Amino acid sequence: MSIDNLSSIILTLVTFLPLAGGLLLILFPRRDRDIRIFALVISLLTFAVSIHLPVHFQRSHTEFQYQIDLQWVTTPNIHYHMGIDGISLWLVVLTTFLTPLCVLISWNSIHERAKEFFILLLILETALIGVFTSLDLFLFYFFWEATLIPMALLIGIFGHERKVYAAVKFFMYTMIGSVFMLAAILWLYAHTGSFDFVVIRDQVMRGAVPQFPAAAQWLFLGFFLAFAVKVPLFPFHTWLPDAHVEAPTAGSVLLAGVMLKMGTYGMLRFNLGLFPEQSRHNAGWIMTLALIGIIYGALVAMVQPNMKKLIAYSSVSHLGFVVLGIFSFTQAGLNGAMFVMLAHGISTGGLFMLAGILHERRHTYEISEFGGLASVMPVYAASYLAIVLASAGLPLMNGFIGEFLVLSGAFQARAAYGILAATGVIWSAVYLLWMYQRVFYGKVTHPVNNSLRDLSAIEKIAVWPCAGVALLMGVAPIVWLGAIDPAVQAALTPLTRVASRMVGR
Amino acid sequence: MNAAMIIGPFLPAYSRILPQSADYVRVLPEIVLSIFGMIVMVLEPLIDEKKSQKVLGGIALAGALAGLMATWLMAQSPGMAFWNTVQIDGFSVFFHILVTAIAAVVILTSYEYMSVQRIRAGEYYALILFGAVGMALMSSAIELVLIFIALEISSISSYVLAGFRRREASSAEASLKYFLLGSFATAFFLYGVALMFGATGSTNIDQIGKTLLAGPIPLLAFAAMAFMFVGLGFKVAAAPFHVWTPDVYEGSPAPIVGFMSTAPKAAAFAVLLRIVFVINVPGKFWLIWISAALSMTLGNVGALVQNNVKRLLAYSSIAHAGYLLVAFAASPGLGTSAAMFYTAAYAAMNLGAFAVVSHFANAGERYVNLEDYEGLGRSSPLLAAALTIFLLSLIGIPMTGGFFAKFYVFSAAVKANMIWLTIIGVLNSGIGAYYYLRIIVAMYMRESRRDVPVTPVPTALAVAIAFCMAATLYLGIFPGETLRYAQDSAQQLVQSSAETPASTAPLIVPATLRP
Repeated sequence: MSIDNLSSIILTLVTFLPLAGGLLLILFPRRDRDIRIFALVISLLTFAVSIHLPVHFQRSHTEFQYQIDLQWVTTPNIHYHMGIDGISLWLVVLTTFLTPLCVLISWNSIHERAKEFFILLLILETALIGVFTSLDLFLFYFFWEATLIPMALLIGIFGHERKVYAAVKFFMYTMIGSVFMLAAILWLYAHTGSFDFVVIRDQVMRGAVPQFPAAAQWLFLGFFLAFAVKVPLFPFHTWLPDAHVEAPTAGSVLLAGVMLKMGTYGMLRFNLGLFPEQSRHNAGWIMTLALIGIIYGALVAMVQPNMKKLIAYSSVSHLGFVVLGIFSFTQAGLNGAMFVMLAHGISTGGLFMLAGILHERRHTYEISEFGGLASVMPVYAASYLAIVLASAGLPLMNGFIGEFLVLSGAFQARAAYGILAATGVIWSAVYLLWMYQRVFYGKVTHPVNNSLRDLSAIEKIAVWPCAGVALLMGVAPIVWLGAIDPAVQAALTPLTRVASRMVGR
Repeated sequence: MNAAMIIGPFLPAYSRILPQSADYVRVLPEIVLSIFGMIVMVLEPLIDEKKSQKVLGGIALAGALAGLMATWLMAQSPGMAFWNTVQIDGFSVFFHILVTAIAAVVILTSYEYMSVQRIRAGEYYALILFGAVGMALMSSAIELVLIFIALEISSISSYVLAGFRRREASSAEASLKYFLLGSFATAFFLYGVALMFGATGSTNIDQIGKTLLAGPIPLLAFAAMAFMFVGLGFKVAAAPFHVWTPDVYEGSPAPIVGFMSTAPKAAAFAVLLRIVFVINVPGKFWLIWISAALSMTLGNVGALVQNNVKRLLAYSSIAHAGYLLVAFAASPGLGTSAAMFYTAAYAAMNLGAFAVVSHFANAGERYVNLEDYEGLGRSSPLLAAALTIFLLSLIGIPMTGGFFAKFYVFSAAVKANMIWLTIIGVLNSGIGAYYYLRIIVAMYMRESRRDVPVTPVPTALAVAIAFCMAATLYLGIFPGETLRYAQDSAQQLVQSSAETPASTAPLIVPATLRP
């Protein structure tokens, strides 16, 4: 197959390979071992295919690449339009990278209904990748909603004690948030005659959409609400701790690692892309909410007695950085936001896996149940430390680069926000290191912990890639930023134009 | 000397020309369905009781399939029949196919149900066919009196069918309640027809539309429109005429609830579409707006607290009537096609859901509460998966017909600039997700506490469910074909009504009346 053909079907391949695997899995007999191996093979294959994307990506080009555009339904004018740029490229790879690790981490922890579990996991992967590759608003909404079902089922069937409550809460929050986006998408279709993101963006930029100025603020809010619930931004975050605490480990990894990024990705792509002027106007209160999220999330994380809840609240804090970076409208801020998204996906994914490993052995997430584990499980403790340091933003690890860029961007935009957000870095070091100290240092306080097994081979294979990539991203960020930077620059162009117009007024 | 010459002088002038053969072709599905219905009735006492179920059901099924073929024949000769009282166009063909297919699926579903419930009655199948005759005629009639007759044919069969669980008091209650309130509602419709005749001097929908467009609109026409809306609003279970729905659905046999909640509704919506988009009375826009908003909200809020799955689906059907009414407030072309697509998608998913419910219900419909569904994901995984897909479609999740149905309706509403109604609609569909989810949660996330017997699925039911599932997924993944058909026939319908000198005048809602 020539390279031209490949580049037009590669996104379809990456997106639907897991779904095809999941559907094949339905036919499998209920032998858990075969099912696990098959799921692993499929997810690894998807990852391998997705590596094609960054390798052949034209870094200097800012338009969408690997595009495929087919008519799906003629009226309404719905296209099967996929394509990625530097913003979505790495999010796709992040998804394909984390899924095999999720399969590995669930290797022994899922005993019952393993078949359903891995089917749902693979379907979820397709939906997540689809969200990042869709360029048709309809297709985007399609995948966006499609992520809900497998995730809610993963939480509700394979979760812990209050799983049903958490699953329903998760479903309802995000569902109600996203119906407003649907209304906004329908408005755009009614006034532009297209669902195509590129077409709509061009029409908006040319001012060719009737009644747009009057409705733009509402449309902006419609999109923003859906994304803010997903991120989750400060007042909409209450579903997150419940969902995380009750979810099975793999669910948490994908939820924190990829699903939350759907929200920030949406803001970057759609709020900034379609409504630059409204983004400028609303940046003030959004940045304030992001700031509250950073500090509030960190403070609440600090006092959590439950390890998983602590990590969940740390996500609220970290995602606050992303939103702050996006709405700073500076090159550094946006680059940083993108980088934090990826770094958070890797390090928080790793943290959830490590917490899950502990839960598998002791069936509790309570920090007070542990202590002195460093002497019992040295390999586990070392891996944990690496990922904690990455998450806390130690220089040379991935968290540092992203947060540094976001903060410098925020300083350029509004210095006060930068200063206050910088305290978030300190807080994150406090809650993470304090938690680490209570769990791993000191004497073994509970005798039952003396017999804990260290990491098994499979667990090592699951966790170490996260630590490795975290280090790699910290020392060679240019590999990632090289593709991100031009895309971010292109995303900023309409915003700078708006800014100069606003100054000119 | 032929018949025309004998009776000719006694007939009014316009009927001098006796019906042509084409006229009969244009009501062929109705004729075929009636004949098969009568065959079932005649054969019933002749056949041994033990075998009668299978044989009569088979004949009824053959009748429904023959009806589908007759519809195909009918579709080949579009036009007017019987002195402009029946109009065959893409629109009526669409509803003929829909109603007959629903009847076929219901017959398949009833097969097992009747033997499990130990109901032996051939007239059950005959009544389904007769009901289908009425509903099919409703969609093609353009003469209000004929519509009334068709409405009565369909209603009376439904009243009787609702009471078929003869040993249960709730079924008798359902039948009686449906009958009393239903007759009352039909009387409203008839009253509306009479008033419309008083206002315009005609009972032909096209004629009425032309008269009203030509001159000032008499006050009587407003009242007539409102009365007709009440009558049809009752049939489609739109708020505030929905109060009968939960009780009737709870008491009636489960397959019949699937029938009642789809076929007569589709037919009543077809009539409503013709009336609303052809007869132009200002102010009806708000009538529909309010009814749509109320139906969605009351239906969804009511469903939140239900424990009986049949009651829950009854409230859900009220909510869906509300979503459908949203399309009626939109522009004629888009609104009609969106409503047509919605009725088809709703029929597929709701029939499927009731097929599964009627199987789980078991003898005496003992297992219809939410607790009975606990653990079904484990004990009968395939049926649970099927029900899950139908419920996801009712929620409006992508890949299912329900998603595109809602999508088109709201899209049409946004296009007509009805932002508020759309927002009420999308919020409602968000809230609505909760109660459907409760069933899914019960099936998959809870362990069974009660001893619910698991019976194997008979072939007929499996075929019915597979058909509904295929239709739901087909409409969800490849909606294009169906939608294009709906759009073409909606275009025909709108154009035929707009062929008047005053066609430049605002046809549906004057701009000043829009929000």
